[in-house]
Amino acid sequence: MLKTVVSEIAKRIVVIVFVITGTFLLVRAAPGDPASFIAGEAASGDPEYIDYLRQQMGLDRSLPVQLGYYFRNLASLDFGQSYREGRPVFDMIAERLPNTLILAGAAFILALVMGTTAGFVAAVHRGRWIDRCISIGSVLFFSSPYYWVALLAILLFSGKLGWLPSHGTQTIGAGYTGIAAILDYLHHLVMPAMASALFTMAIYARLVRASMIDTANALFVKAAHARGMAPSRLWFRHVLRTSLLPITTMAGVQAGQLVAGTILTETVFAWPGIGRLMYDALGSRDYNVVIGVFIVTSVIVILANLLVDILYRFVDPRTRAA
Amino acid sequence: MLIWKSLFSKPDAVLALAILCAIVLAGLLAPVAYPDGPWRMVARPLLAPFADMRHPLGTDALGRDLLASLMFGARTSLAIGLVSTCVATVFGASIGAVAGFFGGRVDSALMRSTEMFQTVPSFALAILLIAIYTPSTFSIMIAISVVSWPPVARLARAEFLSMRRREFVQAALLSGQSNLRVAWSQIFPNILSPLTVMAALMVSMAILFESALSFVGLGDPKVVSWGYLISAGRGVMSQSWWLTFLPGFAIMLTIVSISILGDAIGDSQDPHFERRESK
Repeated sequence: MLKTVVSEIAKRIVVIVFVITGTFLLVRAAPGDPASFIAGEAASGDPEYIDYLRQQMGLDRSLPVQLGYYFRNLASLDFGQSYREGRPVFDMIAERLPNTLILAGAAFILALVMGTTAGFVAAVHRGRWIDRCISIGSVLFFSSPYYWVALLAILLFSGKLGWLPSHGTQTIGAGYTGIAAILDYLHHLVMPAMASALFTMAIYARLVRASMIDTANALFVKAAHARGMAPSRLWFRHVLRTSLLPITTMAGVQAGQLVAGTILTETVFAWPGIGRLMYDALGSRDYNVVIGVFIVTSVIVILANLLVDILYRFVDPRTRAA
Repeated sequence: MLIWKSLFSKPDAVLALAILCAIVLAGLLAPVAYPDGPWRMVARPLLAPFADMRHPLGTDALGRDLLASLMFGARTSLAIGLVSTCVATVFGASIGAVAGFFGGRVDSALMRSTEMFQTVPSFALAILLIAIYTPSTFSIMIAISVVSWPPVARLARAEFLSMRRREFVQAALLSGQSNLRVAWSQIFPNILSPLTVMAALMVSMAILFESALSFVGLGDPKVVSWGYLISAGRGVMSQSWWLTFLPGFAIMLTIVSISILGDAIGDSQDPHFERRESK
């Protein structure tokens, strides 16, 4: 058990090294020299200044040496400076990361709970109108760009009905403290979290429904039914529990993608997380920030997958023996 | 053919096919219907739909015809969806075929690298790729292909791995046919149907991807795309909601139609289909 955990961790470290090396090579292979780019941003065509920058950034060294420097810098959490704000990229990311993690976490829980419930209800009432509604709903959510659904939700819930705030994390100028501030934050969280959850929720609903219908046809369920087991016990204890395994696998994959997916929702709701940071950096061609957010997001996704893989071994006794 | 027969027996599949044909037709006819392109200002800005039948869906904030933009957007979405799916499918299937056919070290090396690509968050990777190599239709297609080939490789690998041991493949190899020939003429035809179903799903994912990229400002600045239209309509959303609504609706309609068709094709090629339905 410990051995597999260690080997899983080792595997992820290799992936992280690969991602960072790949990113580095990608940036270096891009057309244009970063030094002349910065010089251009500073409106200076002076060759001496460009040479100075190249030296500063280590661009005059060989590629492997540069890669070594890059790793050393990242290891000390130095992601370089933001061209636009002149601040360390790491600080900018660290400031905003909690907001993104809260948003992604809330979306994940919403998707899991609502998706499983919808799939469960659909499977129990298979072929009836409620099953049809849930199936059609999940196809629609699966097929819609969720940033678009988010915009429509703003139009309805903030514009027409005025129930929910359309952007940010707090009511500006309200000066809430304590519990009121937390409630205000949650109030702002509702729409972004729902919007981020929709796509994943649709996937879970379909998966749970299909998986439960498969299980419901298994012999042990039919046998339990024949023994006269109460339907509620049958559905909850026998069918649902057995059907949850494939969802665990899917949850691992989706948990990571949710973090990356917040780029869109954060953009729509002006949610001050790292996704919005990346969006703003794209607009001002602040590449160090874009690269920094990419690396941090990838590492989070890889760690989330690792966590799920390890959890999976505890949940499913069959993989534990293997 | 059997596929067509079973397709036409399902009303939702027929409807999906009709909608998809209409969208393709709209894309093809766009330059004919609007020879001046979608960028020209033709009427007063923010004209409501159906107010002036010369511009049936109204105009955007700069007085450009929304229907023209939508039709040209269909071209962009479909072209990017189809091309990047083809590239990703050919690349992924080749990698998977080599891995599954030869097995052993080749297999584990190729599959390790495939896994790496799968662990990295795809949307973030696509953004990085396009941001570094300036946005253009070409770089968008490449970026979407780069993030979407791994599932194809896994599918092709699994199929090749199991086919490799089958008697007819062994027989073909023993009769002296080359590896390439066996892979192409004996194994490949057998995995065509799962590949088709997967490709349908990939086209819709690619269309969603492209629209999301345009929405965050990484679309090709020279062509109109549905995602770009949504983000352009955002600024005037409270007065002219249809400028945001209609492009997104077009995306949704396209994706729903593709997935209904994909499901129908998948079912029609599944020999267990009848049994599954009667359960």
